[in-house]
Amino acid sequence: MEPLTWGAIIVRLLTQFIPVWIALAVLFGASIAYKRKLGLYGKLFDSPIGMVGFGLVMFWVFTGLFGAMDLIVTHDPLSQVSGMKNKVPGTPMRGAEDGEYAYYLLGGDNLARDVFSRMVSGAWVVVQIAPLATLFAFMVGITLGLPAGYYGGRLDTLLSFLANLILAFPVILLFYLLVTPEIVATGVPNFMAIVLFIFPLIFVGVLLNSRYYTQPSFRTPLLIGVLGVMLWLYLSLISEAGSVVQVLPGFLDLFDIPGGILVVFVSVVFVNSPTVFRIVRGLAMDIKTRDYVAAAQTRGEGPWYIMLWEILPNARGPLIVDFCLRIGYTTILLGTLGFFGLGLPPESPDWGSTINEGRKLLSIYLHPALPPAVALLSLVLGLNLLADGLREESLKD
Amino acid sequence: MGLFILRRTGVMILTALCLTYIVFFMTNLFPNLEKLAKTQGNFRMSDEAVLSWLTKEGYMQPTPVKYGQWLGVLPGWTLETEDGVTGRCVRGTVTPDEAAAAPTFCGILQGDWGRSTVFKDEVSTIVAARLSNTGKLMGWVLVLMIPMALLVGVLAGMREGSATDRTLSTFSIATTATPEYVSGVIFIAVFASSAVGLKWFKGTATSAMENATFENFFLPVLTISLYGMGYIARMTRASMTEVMTAQYIRTARLKGVSFPNIVVKHALRNALIAPFTVIMLQFPWLLNGVVIVETLFNYKGFGWVLVQAAGNNDIELLLAVSVVSVIVVLVTQLISYIGYVYLNPRIRIS
Repeated sequence: MEPLTWGAIIVRLLTQFIPVWIALAVLFGASIAYKRKLGLYGKLFDSPIGMVGFGLVMFWVFTGLFGAMDLIVTHDPLSQVSGMKNKVPGTPMRGAEDGEYAYYLLGGDNLARDVFSRMVSGAWVVVQIAPLATLFAFMVGITLGLPAGYYGGRLDTLLSFLANLILAFPVILLFYLLVTPEIVATGVPNFMAIVLFIFPLIFVGVLLNSRYYTQPSFRTPLLIGVLGVMLWLYLSLISEAGSVVQVLPGFLDLFDIPGGILVVFVSVVFVNSPTVFRIVRGLAMDIKTRDYVAAAQTRGEGPWYIMLWEILPNARGPLIVDFCLRIGYTTILLGTLGFFGLGLPPESPDWGSTINEGRKLLSIYLHPALPPAVALLSLVLGLNLLADGLREESLKD
Repeated sequence: MGLFILRRTGVMILTALCLTYIVFFMTNLFPNLEKLAKTQGNFRMSDEAVLSWLTKEGYMQPTPVKYGQWLGVLPGWTLETEDGVTGRCVRGTVTPDEAAAAPTFCGILQGDWGRSTVFKDEVSTIVAARLSNTGKLMGWVLVLMIPMALLVGVLAGMREGSATDRTLSTFSIATTATPEYVSGVIFIAVFASSAVGLKWFKGTATSAMENATFENFFLPVLTISLYGMGYIARMTRASMTEVMTAQYIRTARLKGVSFPNIVVKHALRNALIAPFTVIMLQFPWLLNGVVIVETLFNYKGFGWVLVQAAGNNDIELLLAVSVVSVIVVLVTQLISYIGYVYLNPRIRIS
């Protein structure tokens, strides 16, 4: 078979992404049709920059999802095919059997794996970790930042000192200290996971309690139900067979996070939370001087009710914008980890590791390093544009 | 003001102590020491051999004691064996007389930064040599980044919402969205690889350590500057747009001052207060960029040492690296606070 020309490669790439195009078209069609009823999300579709950003982000989200469902990938991202080492894009596969995709669309890397499939599977790694890690960082930052800003005083001094302490660390040094196999063996990341992952429980517990504590007959069952489920998830998350922390017996343990991913997750949350803390603290200090807070205080509302039900909803605009930016930053951090070969296993298809592998032969072969680089760039760019669009639209109110 | 600086310095020292203790603790966890023993001795050491090696080298003392010795507030350890005396303050095995002549305290307070186990050299010489390399890199980064960022920011913020503003804002968003390991790879691919064939620049900066030329040094400098630039440009733009809507600018316009004159003489000075703070606070990020770029372009500077020290658990080198980087971060924060007060008359006078 002849190698494909660039035109043919592009056509085939576009065809390969058909499920993503359909999903994007449906999403955009529905969103634009109902945009007046969708609040801030709907307003996003009034801003061209926001729409471009949202499109880029959703492209990678759908790519990740469908890639995980085996719709887009052409080959197994880990399998090596003899004779395909460092082959240029569009090279036909030698001895392709029926039912196998006959070409390496974006070429092969130095271990003869398909670059295109690895890029698509890399999207799934990012889509899984980045938003969730950012969410956890926000839970930690909000739970600590609100009281620090609202009460001020000693508590604020102490928490701010701790936050600045973490921020003064060079991120890469921190990663090297946390994410080496030797440290993982001591269980330090597992203990950090215990501390960091408890914050969503505290957050939800206090959130519900401060709202409904006047109706004990409703609050108690609600809290028991919600916290019970969350506690179970929490325990399954932190307890891991064969590691230092093993609290749940195997049959109760819902899922096991592979060790490498848990460590990466913990360190990314750890690095992100102090910045979120500072933002929330600043917002809380600003908003607590408003009249509606004074009104709530006069009504006799408790401090946690004021923080979580008066201050937090009014700080949502900047927080949503920062959430988008921070997912992008988390993606960059994940890439940095991969770039230094930390945490994730070396054969993992995530973008940072792939760039790191590809860069070693960069002066001769471009194709293994460029697709993951462009993918990462476009996803982070999309998130930044989305944040910009959201900021613009939320300022219009 | 004096009190403020004094208090900040106190907090700085406290922060530096906490941070170095954390680094010390992490690097002195047993699995790390075991790895160190095996790389220094041999890889097939038995557990007892590892323990005896660590005891002989003084690693088995409690961590706070070791930290005190490193700091120079506790006397350095000594150990007498039949061959002679080993100790923190002596090199190798010496006779008891020589050991008695050696100083009792030898920590960083006495100016002794210890020895690197990877490079087999004094930590202070390694760090000094590598820092001068990085200093050269950072100097050029600042020379390229700051004027470019301020220019982009001022041009974009001059007329809010214009086509120039849109283009330049999108450009600065794009640069903040491109981490160094992405832009560096793209630059090498386009400008330095034989596959594209432009070959304008060199893809490695190893030769730039002795002899930096435009050809071998421009790509690393550009890579770091671009990522830092976008953020500063956005801050400048925000501050510029705010100033341009101020009352005194309107007064100047109504009085018929020409637009370039308004920008340069009236707006610029006030608009540059905020970016100054941001530039100073950008230093910690630049430090990250330096680590990535030095690895990518194989330029043996401070970031390269950080990676080497961390990868090999070279305890004393790693501590020196973290002390230096923490000092850089905290001093730039201090300068940014002081500079902000100094530049902003409203705060200075009140």
